[in-house]
Amino acid sequence: MKFKSLLTTAAIALGLATGAVAQDKTKVGFVYVGPVGDGGWTYEHNKGRLAVEDHFGDKVETVFVESVPEGPDAERVMTQMALEGADLIFTTSFGYMDPTINVAQKFPNVKFEHATGYKTADNVSVYSARFYEGRAVQGHIAGNMTKSNIIGYIGSYPIPEVIRGINSAYIHAKKVNPDVEFKIVWAYTWFDPAKEADAATVLIEQGADVILQHTDSTAPQAAAQEAGNVVTFGQASDMSEYAPFPRVSSIIDDWAPYYIARTQAVMDGTWESANTWDGIREGMVAIGEITEAVPADVKEEALALKAAMAAGEYHPFTGPLKKQDGSDWLAEGETADDGTLAGMNFYVEGLEGEIPQ
Amino acid sequence: MDLGEINPVLLVASLMVAATPLLLAAIGELVVEKAGVLNLGVEGMMIVGAISGFAISVETGSPWLGFVAAAIGGAVLSLLFVLLTQVALANQVASGLALTLFGLGFSALMGQSYVGVKPPSMGDIHIPVLSDIPVIGPILFQHDPILYVGIALTAAVWATLKYTRVGLILRAVGENHDAAHALGYKVIKIRVMAILFGGACAGLGGAYISLIRVPQWTEGMTAGVGWIALALVVFASWKPWRALLGAYLFGGITVLQLNLQAAGVAIPVEYLAMSPYIITILVLVILSADKSSAPAALGRIFHASH
Repeated sequence: MKFKSLLTTAAIALGLATGAVAQDKTKVGFVYVGPVGDGGWTYEHNKGRLAVEDHFGDKVETVFVESVPEGPDAERVMTQMALEGADLIFTTSFGYMDPTINVAQKFPNVKFEHATGYKTADNVSVYSARFYEGRAVQGHIAGNMTKSNIIGYIGSYPIPEVIRGINSAYIHAKKVNPDVEFKIVWAYTWFDPAKEADAATVLIEQGADVILQHTDSTAPQAAAQEAGNVVTFGQASDMSEYAPFPRVSSIIDDWAPYYIARTQAVMDGTWESANTWDGIREGMVAIGEITEAVPADVKEEALALKAAMAAGEYHPFTGPLKKQDGSDWLAEGETADDGTLAGMNFYVEGLEGEIPQ
Repeated sequence: MDLGEINPVLLVASLMVAATPLLLAAIGELVVEKAGVLNLGVEGMMIVGAISGFAISVETGSPWLGFVAAAIGGAVLSLLFVLLTQVALANQVASGLALTLFGLGFSALMGQSYVGVKPPSMGDIHIPVLSDIPVIGPILFQHDPILYVGIALTAAVWATLKYTRVGLILRAVGENHDAAHALGYKVIKIRVMAILFGGACAGLGGAYISLIRVPQWTEGMTAGVGWIALALVVFASWKPWRALLGAYLFGGITVLQLNLQAAGVAIPVEYLAMSPYIITILVLVILSADKSSAPAALGRIFHASH
């Protein structure tokens, strides 16, 4: 209690001190898991932040803290932001979920937006993108491009978002290449270029000639380039500096429209807790240019797949699909519901290995 | 699960690569601490070395010049630490932390225009005859030159500390700076040299990551290696060969566990992921049962008037 009242006093004092100046400016805070120059995940969130500044000009002030570890330290950073008068705080990594909820309880007047999580509150929204739609396109290209039939996958943490990506990529690679095999390595980090490069190298040494990554830096791209004959995909950001080869396409997260809309809502006083999950159709997930390293017919099919998802005609998780243990999951023509997808903790049939619990 | 997919030769070769940045940084810090100075800025000096080396080798096209620049970059940053702790007599822990924070930010600034650039490749040395020996050849004799520099440096530091007058003086300063001062040794001067050496080594270690292990520039790319190097020095009981062993264990198990994962070995991944830390600590703690202790004057500020 004492701490809470201390915080409140401090908040009021700060509010009084800065109130006069800050009244007409909306302050938006961003908490990043990696450095803004990671070339991937955080880089794109920061692009969203810059877009907010561009769009609103003088009416908005943004602040950000980068390389914030997931855990108690994140709480400290968010508290600090809230105390400094932020009206809206975006916390941009899965591991910030509980810290966000905790801090949001202490600051009921500050709006929080947590990326890729599932816990909401009156002043906490969650938002994410349907990356698995992009993974479907990747899987399609990867299945066609591999000659060794071994596709390496660098996972970060075994959370539903990552598992969805693995499943989606595998289903679509298998569809075009029944012999395909996935080798999955968990790096247990979002951002550690040296480790990510090591993981890529290990997968390449064990025969993979396509590398998919769910970590944030471009290090696996560099490792693949060094190896020569290995295909990669940009993750979270276009990573076009490695095009046309090894990077043959990419999944791009476009957060800008969402960040602008939510900031606008706070300004208008219309902000409400929401659960947003947008995909290719809404433009939150984009597919980066498919380079000439991909055969023309494969490229055409991949674009058709993308178009079908954009039009809402095709769902990447469409039955018949079985779980890894052989039990039925989706019947012929049935599509997965969002609830199952949001909590996905199983592999589909054909994938080897166990998901760490 | 198919262990046959792990190629032991490639595995050993890549574990040596993974261990080298850690080894370089740890050897440098070991000398610094032997001189009685605790520099927690290893991470900062590494990352500045990483970008200095990267920038210079991209601009000149020569990885060698890059490594020279990395050593200079790391040493220049450590000058800041010298200024704070040896001239202004500031607290070493706080100064070291500040050095790390400063290094991370400063390197991000310096590296703005180098994101996505491919550095020139150093290439591996192929020692004639030796590198053609099956198994041993690819493991021992087909690496980049800096990897050998790391091992040579370990040997040199060990021999210097143990057998030479310079080493004796350095240790004396680290054990009891007042006594060393009374004997007429220039305590500050010796410590400054040690700190610069440590900075240069850390810089080399950083550049090894950005030029050889990854190779690219990304902000914050050392991602904590400097802190592991600091811990390694303590667990290695300030002994060069143990630092080498620790670095190889840590690097080795990191690579090995990734290999085991990729091969689908049925050990829970959580255990594999934590194994490098646990095994390295365990082995070095067992080894340090001989009660070798820290330099007595470690972290203490020296002023001639005391």
